[in-house]
Parts: sequence; structure tokens; C-alpha cells
Amino acid sequence: MDAPLRSVSRRTRPLPAIVPIGLVVVVAALLEGHGFASARNIANLGLQASILLMLAMPMTLIIMSEGLDLSAGAVLSLCSVVMAMLLAGGHGLATALAASIGVGLVFGAANGGLVSLLGLPPFVVTLGTLGIAQGAALVLTDGNAVSGLGRGIAALYAEHVAGVPLPVIVALATWLVTHVLLYHTRFGTYVFAIGGNRDALVLAGVPAWAWHIGIYVYGGLVSGVAALLLTGRMNAAHPTVAIGMEFDAIAAVVLGGTSFERGDGRLLGTVLGVATITVLRNALDLVGIESSLQVVSIGVLILVVIVIDSARRTWRANPA
Amino acid sequence: MTPVEGALAAVRPPVTRWRHYLGSDTAALALRVALILLMALGLALSTDAFLSTANVLNVLRQASLMFLLAAGLTLVILCGGFDLSVAANLTLSACLAAGVIKSGASPWLGVATALACSTFAGVLNGLAITLLRLPAFLATYAMLWILQGLAFHYMGGQEIYGFPPAFRALGTGFLLGVPVPVYLMAAVLAAGTLFMRNTNVGQEIYAIGANPEAARLSGIPVRRRQRLVYALSGLMSGLAAVVYLARVNAADSGMGEPLLLPVIAAVLMGGTSLFGGVGSLAGTALGAIILALVINGMNLLDIKAQWQPLVVGVVLLAVVLVDLIGRGRRERIG
Repeated sequence: MDAPLRSVSRRTRPLPAIVPIGLVVVVAALLEGHGFASARNIANLGLQASILLMLAMPMTLIIMSEGLDLSAGAVLSLCSVVMAMLLAGGHGLATALAASIGVGLVFGAANGGLVSLLGLPPFVVTLGTLGIAQGAALVLTDGNAVSGLGRGIAALYAEHVAGVPLPVIVALATWLVTHVLLYHTRFGTYVFAIGGNRDALVLAGVPAWAWHIGIYVYGGLVSGVAALLLTGRMNAAHPTVAIGMEFDAIAAVVLGGTSFERGDGRLLGTVLGVATITVLRNALDLVGIESSLQVVSIGVLILVVIVIDSARRTWRANPA
Repeated sequence: MTPVEGALAAVRPPVTRWRHYLGSDTAALALRVALILLMALGLALSTDAFLSTANVLNVLRQASLMFLLAAGLTLVILCGGFDLSVAANLTLSACLAAGVIKSGASPWLGVATALACSTFAGVLNGLAITLLRLPAFLATYAMLWILQGLAFHYMGGQEIYGFPPAFRALGTGFLLGVPVPVYLMAAVLAAGTLFMRNTNVGQEIYAIGANPEAARLSGIPVRRRQRLVYALSGLMSGLAAVVYLARVNAADSGMGEPLLLPVIAAVLMGGTSLFGGVGSLAGTALGAIILALVINGMNLLDIKAQWQPLVVGVVLLAVVLVDLIGRGRRERIG
């Protein structure tokens, strides 16, 4: 590699590859000419990004701790189903939300417990809980959509605070909370440590097992809240609606430069990853490329970013 | 041993004698045979339909399909890796094969298409893992969605059905009263066991799974062996796709997805350790029979299909737990 390029790479060290690539995607979207830049579509983008942002926030912490949560989408579906069934049964919104959060917490605790206490590989544990959550949602609904929820939750979803849609505010609040947790609390410090060197943390006398469970419990909590947005958006619930959403969340985290192996990562990178994926999907929608091929293009995008990031790491490790 | 490792070893639970015994290969296989007999006895007593020849052959056929898909995954896990893309790989290759056969070409061209497509996907997995150094579960998870996406796109929500009898015989045919897929299972089991136990490459795969660093230092071409197992896993997905397609006589873009959890459960149920280096294809065959019995039993006992992911999920987690306890093995403390 010639000297100028290497020096560019060194100066941009803190910048993950997602930044230039995200910009390219946004510019391409602006140029596609099917109304991407219309005010209505921009507002739509915010709504589309909100649920993904909520799933991707705890997913960043989980991946930083060398974990993975394949069950996020299935658990979100189950939370949404539980919420919708309670609403359809005439219960209040608060009860429904509490039940949904409860379901999320139970699955978070189960994932965290199996991973942290027993040292089982996270992808197998969460694959198992994926099956359980998906099965539970199918059994509860008999495989059908749940509707007839009244207007309450849809009205809440359409609410604006100071001109900003409520779902966007909820998602931004999740980002803020996660940011504070990760960078300004002991919990956040331990997240870095668990991913970096868990044994050192244990030998330092920290009950790492409990904090490790906490990471997954936080994921469950956020899924429970995100079910509010998912259910409100459709004013209905479907047992398999969110399955596959964990793919976008994991992709956003990986695009954002969070490492699976070294206990490092950045929340802002994940937010940029969420923005890139949302813009990409939206633009592909506008030009009429179906959702199945969008998945393929996200896969290709991940590959490009990973190749660039790892190449930059190699240059950095071998300067001169 | 460094002081840190010493301190960690001191707080690990000791491996007790019975745990050691349960972990031995022969005892582990015998235990699984006993479990199969017990389950068969229970089902025979609680349902009338279980003991009919047709039903028993049906269970075996179901088990052989799962075994074909699980055999490749077993090699990958023995080698210390993982392949989440096996079921999606089955879906895409079955759909492509269905398209080829339906277009009027020879069914054997369809079979070749399925095998080529699935092996290619497996080779890509291997390259992503060995050249890009991606974690196996991440690379194969991305591959899962890429293959699934291509299958959705290719099928466009449609179904392709109705294949020539010569092709269907691969899935539904009988030879001397035994279903054809059972012969395939026996052939793959025999060839695979011979390969793993009696060839250098097979033993090297075990060695890599047990300790990749030691294997590398012993001069084993670790990366090349890893690429081999992912390619073989792809190939087996293609073979399973052909058999599955021939049996159900229809292809759609959702056909493979329900198989993923049962297949992983079958491998782990067979005693192959997630941590690599321990297990066998024979164990996976028994695991596949156990899973087939579970699914058959649920059908016979009139339990709705919606319960299946839940039950299989619970079974999967239970098996992983038992694997952990049986081997007295923990990756970390605290």
C-alpha cells in the first residue's frame, strides 16, 4: 500500500468504514429519482428506523460482550402478540405494556442466565429461545393475526410531541439511555470488560455473571417496549411479523464497526449502521426491488465494510 | 500453566467419575439407543398407530432426511465451527432443482444443480471464515439470509410441484421393503464414519476441533480442512434437498426453515459437543431418530404443529445443558 493512502487510513482511524459507505448510500438514494427526498418519505424513514434502532441498541452491548441474540425478532413478535391479545381482551394500555415488558424480561433473563452462568455459546442458546418464543406466539394465536385492538394504541403511535413523531422520540430515548448506560455507568465499563477479558474481571472480584445477565435482560426490556411501536404501527399483531428483524439489527451493529472478538465497539457506529440500512431498504423499495433481494444487498454491504475494516486494521498493525 | 490459568482451574468443578463414564463414546451411544427404545415403548403403549410398519418406516424416512442434513453440520461442529445456513441452503437448492426439473430437463440435471449450488454456498462459507476470518456463526448466519433471500426471489411466492416418478423414487421409493432415503442414510453414515475414523484427514478434523492451535502447530493445514468441512456441509444440504424435494413433491421458499432447529438438536442430541473435537456421525444418526420420534409422537398424539418450534426449542436447550453436565466442561467461570 502506498504511503499517502496509508496516512489517510491512519488519520481516519476513529472513523469506521460505515461513514463513507453510508454517505455513498444516501447520495445514491437522493439521486434515484423516485421521491426519496420528499418530506413524506423522510418522515417515513424516521418511523422505519425507530424499531430497528431500538433492537440494535442492546444488540450492540450484547455483541460487545462477545454474545449474539438471534431471538430478538421472535421475542419482539411474542411481546407484540401478548400486548395485542390483552388490548383485544379489553385491558388497558398500561397493563398490556407491562405484560409485554414482562415477557421480554423473562426471555432476556433466560438468555443471559444460560449464557452467563453455564457458559453456553450465545448463538445456540438464543436459537433455542427463538424456537420457544416463535412457538409460544404461534400457539397463543393459533397462527393467526390478532386484531380489534381499539384505537388507543394506533392513536398513541400517531402522536407527535413538538412536531416529532412519538415512535422516533421513544427510539431516540432508547439511544440516550443506552449511551448513558454504556459510557457513564459501571455497567457500561463492565460491558467492555466482559467482552475484552471476562476472566480478569472475575479475578478482580466483580460478580461478572450478574452484569453479564444484565446485558441480556436489558435487551429483553427494550424488546418489550419496542413491541408498543410494532403493535401500534399495524394496530394488530402477527406471530411471525418481526422474525428476521434481528438480522437487520445484527447487520447494523456489524456495519457500525463493533467487533465480535475484542470487546470494543461504538454506539454511534450502530446508529449510523441503522441509518444506512434504513436508507438502503427504503431506496430499494422505491425503485421496486423486493425485500428478499434487499437482504442480499445488506449481506454484500456487510462484506464490503468488513473487508475494508480488516484491511485498515492490517495496515495499522504493519505500518511502514 | 500461567498463574491465571491455575487460578481458573482451581475454581472449576472437578470431573466426577460418573460424569466421565457418561462422557465415554460407547456409553453415550448405548444411552441414546436406550432412550430410543424407551420412547418407542411409550409411543407404542399410548397410541395405536405407532407400531404399524408404515409408521415405523415413516419415522425412519424422516430420520434419514434429517440425518443427511445433519451429517455435514456434524463434521463442521466436530471441526470446531458452526453452520447456520444448512436449512436455507436446502431451500435454495431444492427450489433451483425444482425449477430445472420442471423446465423439462432431465431430473438428474436437477440433482446436479442442487448439489452444485449447495456446495458452492458451502465453499463461500469456508472462504468467508478462513480468508475474511469471520466468526463461523456470523458468516453462516449472513449466508442463511442471503440464500433465503435468493430463494424468495427465485420462487416469487409461488410453488413448483409435480415431478417425474423416476425422480420421486429418491424420496418415496422402496427397495426390498425399505425406503430409499434410509439406504442413502446408511451409505453416508458408513462412508462418513470410515472417513472420520480411518483417514488422516478425518482425524485431523477431530484434532482441529479439539484444539486448533495445537493442530496448527502440529502441521495440520487447519484452514484447508475448515474449507473442506464447510464444502461438505454444503454438499450434504444439497443431497438432503434432493431427497426432501422428491418426498414432498413440491418446492417453496419456506420449505427448509422449519428444519434448522431440529437438525441442530439432532446433532447435539447425538452427543457431538458444541465445543468441537468430540462426537460422531453414528451419534448424529441416533439423534436424528430421537428427533424424528419426537415429531412423529407429537403428530400421533394430535398435538398441533404450532407447538413444534416450542418443543424443539426446549429440547435443543435441554440437550445442550445435558451435554454440558455430562462432560463436566465449562468454558469460563464466574
